[in-house]
Amino acid sequence: MGLKALDYETLNENVKKVQYAVRGELYLRASELQKEGKKIIFTNVGNPHALGQKPLTFPRQVVALCQAPFLLDDPNVGLLFPADALARAKHYLSLTSGGLGAYSDSRGIPGVRKEVAEFIERRDGYPSNPELIFLTDGASKGVMQILNCIIRGQGDGILVPVPQYPLYSATISLLGGSLVPYYLEETANWGLDINNLRESVAQARFKGITVRAMVIINPGNPTGQCLSEANLREILNFCYQENLVLLGDEVYQQNIYQDERPFISARKVLMDMGPPISKEVQLVSFHTVSKGYWGECGQRGGYFEMTNLPPQTVDEIYKIASIALSPNVPAQIFMGLMVNPLKPGDISYEQFVRESQGILESLRRRARIMTDGFNSCKNVVCNFTEGAMYSFPQIRLPPKAIEAAKKAGKVPDVFYCLKLLEATGISTVPGSGFGQKDGVFHLRTTILPAEEDMPAIMSSFKKFNDEFMNQYEDNWNHSRM
Amino acid sequence: MSLKALDYETLNENVKKVQYAVRGELYLRASELQKEGKKIIFTNVGNPHALGQKPLTFPRQVVALCQAPFLLDDPNVGLLFPADAIARAKHYLSMTSGGLGAYSDSRGIPGVRKEVAEFIERRDGYPSDPELIFLTDGASKGVMQILNCIIRGEGDGILVPVPQYPLYSATISLLGGSLVPYYLEETANWGLDVNNLRESVAQARFKGLTVRAMVIINPGNPTGQCLSEANLREIINFCYQENLVLLGDEVYQQNIYQDERPFISARKVLMDMGPPISKEVQLISFHTVSKGYWGECGQRGGYFEMTNLPPQTVDEIYKIASIALSPNVPAQIFMGLMVNPLKPGDISYEQFIRESQGILQSLRRRARIMTDGFNSCKNVVCNFTEGAMYSFPQIRLPSKAIEAAKKAGKVPDVFYCLKLLEATGISTVPGSGFGQKEGVFHLRTTILPAEEDMPAIMSSFKKFNDEFMDEYEDKWNQSRM
Repeated sequence: MGLKALDYETLNENVKKVQYAVRGELYLRASELQKEGKKIIFTNVGNPHALGQKPLTFPRQVVALCQAPFLLDDPNVGLLFPADALARAKHYLSLTSGGLGAYSDSRGIPGVRKEVAEFIERRDGYPSNPELIFLTDGASKGVMQILNCIIRGQGDGILVPVPQYPLYSATISLLGGSLVPYYLEETANWGLDINNLRESVAQARFKGITVRAMVIINPGNPTGQCLSEANLREILNFCYQENLVLLGDEVYQQNIYQDERPFISARKVLMDMGPPISKEVQLVSFHTVSKGYWGECGQRGGYFEMTNLPPQTVDEIYKIASIALSPNVPAQIFMGLMVNPLKPGDISYEQFVRESQGILESLRRRARIMTDGFNSCKNVVCNFTEGAMYSFPQIRLPPKAIEAAKKAGKVPDVFYCLKLLEATGISTVPGSGFGQKDGVFHLRTTILPAEEDMPAIMSSFKKFNDEFMNQYEDNWNHSRM
Repeated sequence: MSLKALDYETLNENVKKVQYAVRGELYLRASELQKEGKKIIFTNVGNPHALGQKPLTFPRQVVALCQAPFLLDDPNVGLLFPADAIARAKHYLSMTSGGLGAYSDSRGIPGVRKEVAEFIERRDGYPSDPELIFLTDGASKGVMQILNCIIRGEGDGILVPVPQYPLYSATISLLGGSLVPYYLEETANWGLDVNNLRESVAQARFKGLTVRAMVIINPGNPTGQCLSEANLREIINFCYQENLVLLGDEVYQQNIYQDERPFISARKVLMDMGPPISKEVQLISFHTVSKGYWGECGQRGGYFEMTNLPPQTVDEIYKIASIALSPNVPAQIFMGLMVNPLKPGDISYEQFIRESQGILQSLRRRARIMTDGFNSCKNVVCNFTEGAMYSFPQIRLPSKAIEAAKKAGKVPDVFYCLKLLEATGISTVPGSGFGQKEGVFHLRTTILPAEEDMPAIMSSFKKFNDEFMDEYEDKWNQSRM
């Protein structure tokens, strides 16, 4: 019998080339251990509700009512739901074409896209067109759709920051394109140096690659850095000069833990720069309900906004979106609620603010606790988590450890992280999953474990790390005194 | 300034090649007219709730509670929700890793996949493995994922029935593969003749194509025919002999309107056939919460089940699924509820049966009303809708109409359907969107408009058709007497 189409050997090669470490070896090992009864702390993915973060009450009330609209006719509904939730549910139901069970427009419910446009206008001070905003089943799907339009073959390169969130490397592999890395400077707080960019582009072109687009993740993942306005201007100028589409992954825009560099959107800076740049640079901006203080990952809600794309291209993107008919409708309502929040005076306003601020302030504290905890280990250097949800400490691994890793057939940071997992139950993602300079090792964890558990988690890490260093470095104990 | 990456000219060619008529020219025109205030009856897509079908109550109660689990602590919850809904919500919440807002396993919640496996076992009489069942954001996304594994390039052909649901042609284009059509026999009730299959494969191979997989849609879309057990055996034998993966699109398995040919799954027949075939043929089966009597299109819930795939391939499919992290969690709960229904004695059982039977029996009646209505027009021949949700009448268009269409730059059935739309507000999909034999024209409509509206819709159609034929055929009036 000849090889069959779904035998491993004959699969689409691009599928086989893909690597996605966030749910890779460490996660699979952690899941095995969990099945065996070990307590695992999953810090491998930004999944707040899985670590005990509570959903915001008001949006859940609204979406629950939208799922069960017959409740609105029940005389007792006011005993369980506040009046503003009832009103908001009616509002969103009226925007649908038959409730949550009907496919919406393939671009998303027009009324919600209008709310997104209004949000963008309030945020940036420039008008935004709902027709250029498409809702998606999570931001990741939107990124994949746009990259699919851009990548024609392996001759097409996409500039991606290193370290990067592996959605980009995985998708570029899957689509048969080429990843063009540009390195962020760890010693400069993961800052972006335009000279690194130029060099990366030059090297790629030398290899015959057409560099087509540039990805920025702001705030960064896994690095957390927030881009300054000056940085964004440099980047936009660079894209203008080098004829690159800019893809702005801004899913963490609500997660900012310092006050020196508040979030500023790529679109705002682009518009501020005025013509010709503001009319020329093609920009696609991504956002989501999965992060921020909402953390509604499981709902799968996102959007992308297109700036300076020709109408024919917008039509093509619409056409492709229509193959899968429509994004899920409940998540579109979460998106509406996120961009069109409660106002002072609304019945549920105070609870909403209390819940939101509570989460944000706790994240800020946890960012600090974790950074400090890592930095208290001699062989660990950790940049402060300025934004997003991750900590990305650099772990110095001694030569004996690197050898032991080689012997075990593992990349050094994978070796370290597996041992960390086995010893403490803490499931992280090794830095090699995100890209890093040669010979430099990191791990990525999230700042999401419950605040009260943080001190114990950090001591557990420190204890493991000291024992590991004791085992693999001579004079470790002496040097610690 | 030279061409930019998101200019139309430089887009990925595969994107530009895609055609997807379900949301194509007719739909866009219908949306325009709707914006101008015209009343449109959208029968272009199988979207029951958009045409007034009510959601089943129990599942909506359960999912509402899962979205707002704090309600479970409210002493008044029993005033709005029956006890079995409350219990079922707790059951599904306990299966999640933090409620609906947490990413689930990329393959879907294990507990729900187990319920799907149990459903398949009850349905078919053979055990099913939850590890080989992946939940997806709708069946369409699952189909796209699997085809992406199979199609390596334009040398790979996929056998697709004609007429077909254009998800297949669109996806094959998008992935750069080749569609190998096999024609269903309209005069034999859209039956499948294995000789047609052989011929299609031979022609494809003659052109140098490697035919890798075969799609069956059972019950058919747009054709509605239900495959007999004998037909399925023939097909499976054919796949075995020709080394083809079988893709079984079974999303309409609940929609059966005749009793001669009940639904029988491809997997059951495969297992019935015993070794070696039952252990050799690679099969993927697809199902959804969007169709049947549930009609929960907007939730985006589906699954695929893999049979006889090697573990390494299953791992690759899992890896790709993990890039987009997880399917949406609320829809996974709908899936659980669909495959694990209420039982006699449950509080909500009778209401559930009443609602379900009501919908199914009405669909059966509407299938008949619509078929008969079309057949009452002299120039229209319509096979009975045995299953699914569509009617696909053949419309004989006179030569003068075909010329007029050419002059207007339109394909004849598009021309007819546009005129039907402008005259009556009925928005259909021209047969050319699904594929048909040369010179033969169809349109696809759904049987979903409310039963009470059906007679008026059918007269409206007949009136338009008679006027159209009057205009374009000599002696139309005389021949009708």
